Parts: sequence; structure tokens; C-alpha cells
Amino acid sequence: MKLIIDDPGLLTTVQDTGRKGYQKLGIPIAGAMDHIALRMGNIMVGNDEDAAALEITILGPSMTVSSGKGIVCAAGADPGMHINGAPCPSWTCISLSEGDRISFKKEMGKRGCRCNLCISGGIDVPVFLGSRSTYLRGKLGGFEGKAIARGDIISTGYPHSLWERMSGFQLPEELLPDYDIQRKLKAVPGPQEDHFSKEAVDLFFSTEWKIGNSSDRMGYRLEGNRIEHLESADIVSDAIPPGSIQIPGDGQPIVMLADSQTTGGYTKIAVLCSEDRAYLAQRMPGETASFQKISQASAIANAASIEDKLSFLKRSRAEWNSSFKNSRVKQPEKSSGHFKLRIDGEEHSIDWKIEKNQNGGISNAENRS
Amino acid sequence: MEQKFEVKILPAGDSCLIVDFGNIISIDINSRVQELRKKLEKANLSQITELVPTYRSLAVYFEPSLTEIEKFTSRIRDLVPYNALSETACRKIITIPVCYGGQYGPDLGYVASYNDLSEEDVVSIHTGSSYYCYMLGFTPGFPYLGGMDEAIATPRLDHPRESIPGGSVGIAGKQTGIYPIDSPGGWQLIGKTPLKMFDPGRIPPAIMDAGLWVRFQAVSEEQYLEIREKAVSDQFCADITEEEISNEVDN
Repeated sequence: MKLIIDDPGLLTTVQDTGRKGYQKLGIPIAGAMDHIALRMGNIMVGNDEDAAALEITILGPSMTVSSGKGIVCAAGADPGMHINGAPCPSWTCISLSEGDRISFKKEMGKRGCRCNLCISGGIDVPVFLGSRSTYLRGKLGGFEGKAIARGDIISTGYPHSLWERMSGFQLPEELLPDYDIQRKLKAVPGPQEDHFSKEAVDLFFSTEWKIGNSSDRMGYRLEGNRIEHLESADIVSDAIPPGSIQIPGDGQPIVMLADSQTTGGYTKIAVLCSEDRAYLAQRMPGETASFQKISQASAIANAASIEDKLSFLKRSRAEWNSSFKNSRVKQPEKSSGHFKLRIDGEEHSIDWKIEKNQNGGISNAENRS
Repeated sequence: MEQKFEVKILPAGDSCLIVDFGNIISIDINSRVQELRKKLEKANLSQITELVPTYRSLAVYFEPSLTEIEKFTSRIRDLVPYNALSETACRKIITIPVCYGGQYGPDLGYVASYNDLSEEDVVSIHTGSSYYCYMLGFTPGFPYLGGMDEAIATPRLDHPRESIPGGSVGIAGKQTGIYPIDSPGGWQLIGKTPLKMFDPGRIPPAIMDAGLWVRFQAVSEEQYLEIREKAVSDQFCADITEEEISNEVDN
């Protein structure tokens, strides 16, 4: 499928789960800010979890399917997606075919500001060091190292063989992410917790921080109480894992996100949990963030439970595919029939019949004959 | 066995541990970081997703769903090198050819006059030292090198250049470095190497690596162009030799 961009929206970039394994060379991970929504959206449209999607920010793009067909799912905050002028819900797989016009009519915010547009086959751009993610500051990866612009033509890769069956599949309700801006964000103290007094660490965890205006894919600046260091704010350069909460000399935290540099010389009071990094990334400047202290062991258990949720989603989608209760796929017109089949020279005569199953869907006739 | 250093294994979120050797810049500390990195690469633990060495620590990224943190931490602790590297250990030295001055090093004259030296003096001092690569960072493949003679130290430019060609060799304060790719920057440029320092299509993409030693070798413009031609078609291999560490002590 090919899509032509009529209007790029505020900031639309190609992102996958990030460029892993090259931080030792100084190359940032990049990737989707809401990496969990991306993985869920990819599973829903039948892609590999780490396939590339379009990450849209606050205001989505307008685009037209110039050739081919496929499935799209808006995974993340509700971007007000419309296809040919008709509203389409997010977290739902929707069929696309040539000539369809996709537009976004809502300004995101309040309940999330980023959405991953996952398309069957994934966005096909060259793989740079193992990833299709765009790293804007380094002008590398993604679509020519830049944000999507008017007139760009986006191609998708090879879709799942059963992609047509995914149409209509919705995210199970229990998996819907809660982008409530009041939600506390879990963080593990350290690695430089010992550069702060106990009072300073407590103050960090009890403050309701305001997200500053200079917040972007690289990091979010927080404003509020001043967090004092016991001695100096600067350390000899250390690694910066994604979600690191740095306290520079002015005592105002900076949470490092997808496009963070790999190393740096500020003390890190705590590191946000992976799941909560995605929740913070959905917030806008002017909104608030407060943090809840958890141990590394609990954080690891929590991160592992996300994998369980994703496995559950994979099973749900597989069940949807096999039950074939897809409204957009043409149902057979006949409810019964007869045919002959020759196997190893022997002729078989087969009668078949379609029955409604308990869910009101249609059982797969081929398997029942 | 006497422990000279307190090595801390610190939490860094739900998928990273930082093995911290101390908040100082020293080759001794950094060589332990490199040693642990080598040991962990060799141990090939299934939970580990990425290792990132810095001046003073090794970040160990792991897959949370595969990790029992207590066992994992003690496994790493068992591999931490507490003693200085053994005397028989070798160091790897990479020789980087550089064409100094002229269009390749537009600030060579300034660096010379700033330090009351001739351009030839600057080149001979710059090529006379061995440099240690503590880590890569800043831009893809950028080496943080230690060991420059302070006689050629020069402050950064007042107005950074918008674009510096990849391969440029510069001085900023007491540091020297090589820009691996075209990027903006404020370093005083004294020369340029014909080598492709960073090439995403090559494995590994960066010529430099943390723990490597560097020597600069002055080449003429003819030699520069000759090497450049070979480097572009990947027919030039940077010269890497091994030397026993004990030799260095006498120098």
C-alpha cells in the first residue's frame, strides 16, 4: 500500500521500538514515545510487535491511499481519526483501500497527546542500524531522517497473510490504557540517589511537578520545588537509561525519553518504569506529573506483566482470526453445498453446511466439512 | 585479596543496572569497566540486551521478563574485576592518519599562535602522544580521548561552525577528538583523517571503541587522497597493533 501525505500534521515521524544495541557507539535509541501502544497496535493489525508505524503528535496528518489496500489501527491517545469523512474509533482495526482519505479532526491532549498509526505490513523505510526509527536531532533513520512532510509518499511492507480478517478487531477492554493525567508514575530510586539527602528524595516523590514548555521527544523538563544536591550536580559521565530523571544544578528535574543522548554528566535521582515512561510521554506541557517510589524488584515484576498482557492480546487476535466473525469480509451466500474431490485417485463426495455458532458468528465451513 | 575499589551495582529502572567503579576519570577505573564488559560479552547471559561502557561505569541493560534480579546481580558481581589489569595484558593501538593544516585543518595556525608554537610544533606534539578512548558518545561514534599534551590546549571557537566535515580532528580545551560524521561543532580544527570513522553500512559502524588507544600519524595531502580513495571503497584497513602494557610504564 502507498499513502500520499496531503498535510503532515504537527509532528509525524516513522518510529518502531527503537535502535537497540548501538548506545555504546553513542547512538540514541529513539523509537515510539508510547512504546507499549505501538506494540499493541502492531499486534492488532497482524504485524511484528516492533514494526514501524507513524507516530502522530497532537494534530494528526491528512493522507490518501494512492494504491493498494490494508488495515489501519490508531493505537494511543484518541486522535479523532476519520476515513472519507466518517469518524473511526481508535484501538480498532479498519480496512483501507485505494482512494480512501484518512484525516484527524481532533486536537489531542488532556487524555494523551501521541498516537501510533499502525498499518498492516508496517511502514517500509530503509533499516538503519537495525531499526526504522527516526532520530530527528541526528537526522538519521526513518523517512530520510526527518519528520513527514507534505507530498511524501509512504510505503508499507508485506502484510500478514490473513490481514483482511483483522478488520473490525478491537482492543479488549481490559487492555485499554488509562491516560489519566492524575495517574502517579512509578520510578525506582537511583542510580545516584546517594547524591541527595533523604529529605530531598522525599521532596522529589511528594512534589506535584508541572511539565515545562521545553519538553519534547528527547526529554521532559519539570518545574516545581528545587531539589538540592548534597554536593555537586555534576558527575563524571555515566549512562542515561531511558526514563532517567536527572537533577541538574538548578534543581529542576529532566526526565529523559526516547531521543535522549546515551551518556551524560548529571545526577539521576530515579529512573521511571518502562510502562510509566509511556504514560508520561502522553502528557502535554502545562499538565502535571507526580511520582511514586517503587523497588527495582517490583518494577521488574511490573515490566514482566506487560509482556503477559501483550501475549493475551496476541491470543485474542488469533481467536478473532480463527472465528472469522469479520463483518467486512464477504460471507458465503449459500448455507450448504456439495462437491467432489479426488485424492490419490479415489473420488470423495463431500456435503458441507454453514451453521451459526454461539456467538452469532459464522463457523469456518472449510474446517467442518 | 585486597579490594582497592568499592564497586557498586546500582538500580537504574526496570531494565538496567549500573556497575559503578567510581566518580573519577582514570585509565585504571576505565580499564576495569572495559574488562567487565569483555567478561560479560564472553559470558553471553541471555537476559542482557545491551552493554554501555562510560568513563566510570558499565550500564547493563536486561530483559525484565527473563530476569531474577538477585541472581542476576550476584552473577555480575562475581565477574567484577577488583584488581588492576594483569601485567601481561595487551593494549590495542589504532593509528589514525591525519593531514594537518591547510584546508583540512583551518585552525592549525590559531592553535599554534595561541600557544606560541609553530604549526610544525603543534603537529609534532599532537602526533607524539598516545591517547586513550574512554567512551563513545555525543554523536554516533564520537570518541572521548584522554592524554593530550596541555602545551597545545586551546579554547573552543567563540562561534561554533554550523557544519564540520566528518573526519575532522580538533582540539577543545585540554581535549582532542575526531568528528565521525558531519555535524555542527566548536572545536579548533587542526587536521582531517581520510578514514571513514563512522559508516552505518559497515560492521562495526564505528572504527573507534571504548578502551582502544589512539596515535595520530601525519600524512601528506597526496597520501591523504590515496588513503581516502581506498577508504571510500572499503579497501583501507586502519592499522591496529597490540602492545604490552608494561612498555607504557617506562615511557
